[in-house]
Amino acid sequence: MGKTLFEKIWEKHIVQSIKDGPDVLYIDRHFIHEVTSPQAFAGLEKRGLKVFRPEKTIATADHNVPTIDQHLPIKEELSRLQVEKLTENCKKFGVELYGLGHPFQGIVHVIGPELGITQPGMTIVCGDSHTSTHGAFGSIAFGIGTSEVEMVLATQCLLQEKPKMMRININGSLHRGVVSKDLILYIISKISSSGATGYFVEYAGETIRALSMEARMTICNMSIEMGARGGLIAPDETTFKYLQGRPFAPGERAMERKMVEWKQLFSDEDARFDLEIDINASEIEPMITYGTNPGQGIGISQKVPHPANYLNGEQKNLAKSLDYMGLKAGEKMMGMPVQHVFIGSCTNSRMEDLREVATLVKGKKKNPDVNVMIVPGSQQIAKQIINEGLDKIFSDAGFVIRQSGCSACLGMNEDKVPTSEYCVSTSNRNFEGRQGPGARTLLASPLTAAASALTGRITDVREILEKNY
Amino acid sequence: MNNPSIKKIRSTAVPLCIENIDTDQIIPARFLKATNRIGFGKNLFRDWRYEANDESRPVKNFVLNENNFKGSILIAGKNFGCGSSREHAAWALKDYGFDVVVSSFFADIFKNNALNNFLLPVQVSESFLSKIFSAINKNPEEVFEIDLPAQTIKIVSTDEIESFEISAYKKTCLMNGYDDIDYLLSNRSNIIDFEKTKEKY
Repeated sequence: MGKTLFEKIWEKHIVQSIKDGPDVLYIDRHFIHEVTSPQAFAGLEKRGLKVFRPEKTIATADHNVPTIDQHLPIKEELSRLQVEKLTENCKKFGVELYGLGHPFQGIVHVIGPELGITQPGMTIVCGDSHTSTHGAFGSIAFGIGTSEVEMVLATQCLLQEKPKMMRININGSLHRGVVSKDLILYIISKISSSGATGYFVEYAGETIRALSMEARMTICNMSIEMGARGGLIAPDETTFKYLQGRPFAPGERAMERKMVEWKQLFSDEDARFDLEIDINASEIEPMITYGTNPGQGIGISQKVPHPANYLNGEQKNLAKSLDYMGLKAGEKMMGMPVQHVFIGSCTNSRMEDLREVATLVKGKKKNPDVNVMIVPGSQQIAKQIINEGLDKIFSDAGFVIRQSGCSACLGMNEDKVPTSEYCVSTSNRNFEGRQGPGARTLLASPLTAAASALTGRITDVREILEKNY
Repeated sequence: MNNPSIKKIRSTAVPLCIENIDTDQIIPARFLKATNRIGFGKNLFRDWRYEANDESRPVKNFVLNENNFKGSILIAGKNFGCGSSREHAAWALKDYGFDVVVSSFFADIFKNNALNNFLLPVQVSESFLSKIFSAINKNPEEVFEIDLPAQTIKIVSTDEIESFEISAYKKTCLMNGYDDIDYLLSNRSNIIDFEKTKEKY
């Protein structure tokens, strides 16, 4: 029988299999950041161990860092200590660090691909659930806890049970104004926030093949939001072209050799999946979430669903979500005033996202009642924004451009949304308090976020696109 | 390492009848700035526990603030621990005093994190979970017994019992206080051999 893409990679990385237990899985690349690594390094020290393969671990500071005045010492003491601890640990254990001030610094899931560190066929882990992003290159990439970070530092291996396999086949064309973020929010709304738990998901089909690498990363990034440990996409010419010339990608000749191997990375025709789901991309409109988990999303023209239409347990969940969000069942989201727009995070802070936003808002101004913040995913992107003149478009529109980091996606630094206020956010989670205590997050695409910034209300980007042309 | 070992746990329980409890609720991101593993218990369920982030204003009706519910077992609705991979969630639960979490469904990363911290995730059927909740409703002093060697959970007053799954490997680890790092370290020579045969990335 044929093998799935996932199986091909997994099997190549099994050091040994434990009877009635997990596999010892070899890890090719390990990303670390300041928040989930200090206790792992402390564990190594306690055991008197070194980092086993320091050249396979790459560090950056992203979760906790301020997005203004990054050249100055961090004001908040605990944040500063955590970032200093990372620097100290990297120095002591010989790990490469792209910390604040380094031209490669940025959100860990943005810089890995951007630098060409992330490559097809690899196993990649990081103490962060959105590690699934790297699966866009046809790699097995998943988030781990701090004890597991310690395992990888100590042995370059993890003990993992092989997950079940799901394939989501996506066909049909996306309409104008509908982008990969809408596609993944739509999929999660169908599958639910737990529907893919226990699975690794392969995204396939003509719609996926037509997407850029940035768009594929957005899709894979949110795999965890339906419970999947990770998601992956078979590499193709789009992937290879993206990698060419990046600082840590194979050089021209090595690349040719690698590509022979990478071209074998696809699911065989007779490969077996535990579950297959078909999605018609042409049915999708711009999406927005109304609730407190990413599965609670609707098309922008639709109404907030009514708890009465759900089963008992779900009814209670939905009522609780709507209460937190201050929304009423049966009401339309469109036209609702919002106070904040956040464009950033490992989901949507890449150059392509920011170019789309710039194209939409060029020559326009934001609504005066809304605060708009753009946080580029990396220093390199921040630089590119200036090179392409997008900074001018954004500041003319009244958008604030910050320095790179995770920022208001998780509200660890001072970038927070105040209690009870609404934020249209291009990030990945609308959990209670995610963007600050009491903050109300509405997940959407960069286009929908930008459109809502212009009007100060939840807006169907298609209306603005029509007016433009 | 000196890890605890788990065999039988007998305790009253704390019921949290909410589904999809994500790790941001268990421990909000703003409390992840510590560089050690201790002290997270005081911020467990922080934003559900206190009004306006104020420790002097406990939210009435929130179960951790109610004196009649105590014990080392947390009972929660399905899809417990979804979202962020932060192991701080497992540390916070353990630090607060929980040794077991019972739910009808656990998120993958949380489950691994819990097991790596000797916090036992016990997955029961939806119907058994309802029985547990109604048993506590009737009597907050209801005692539950988790028997890891037998892989069972029992509602003591009614003798109702259900078995739960756990991988044979993990069960051995928990019962003997072994952890994955010990196992991996003991296999270093295999790992080095594997590296020699493998194509380099």
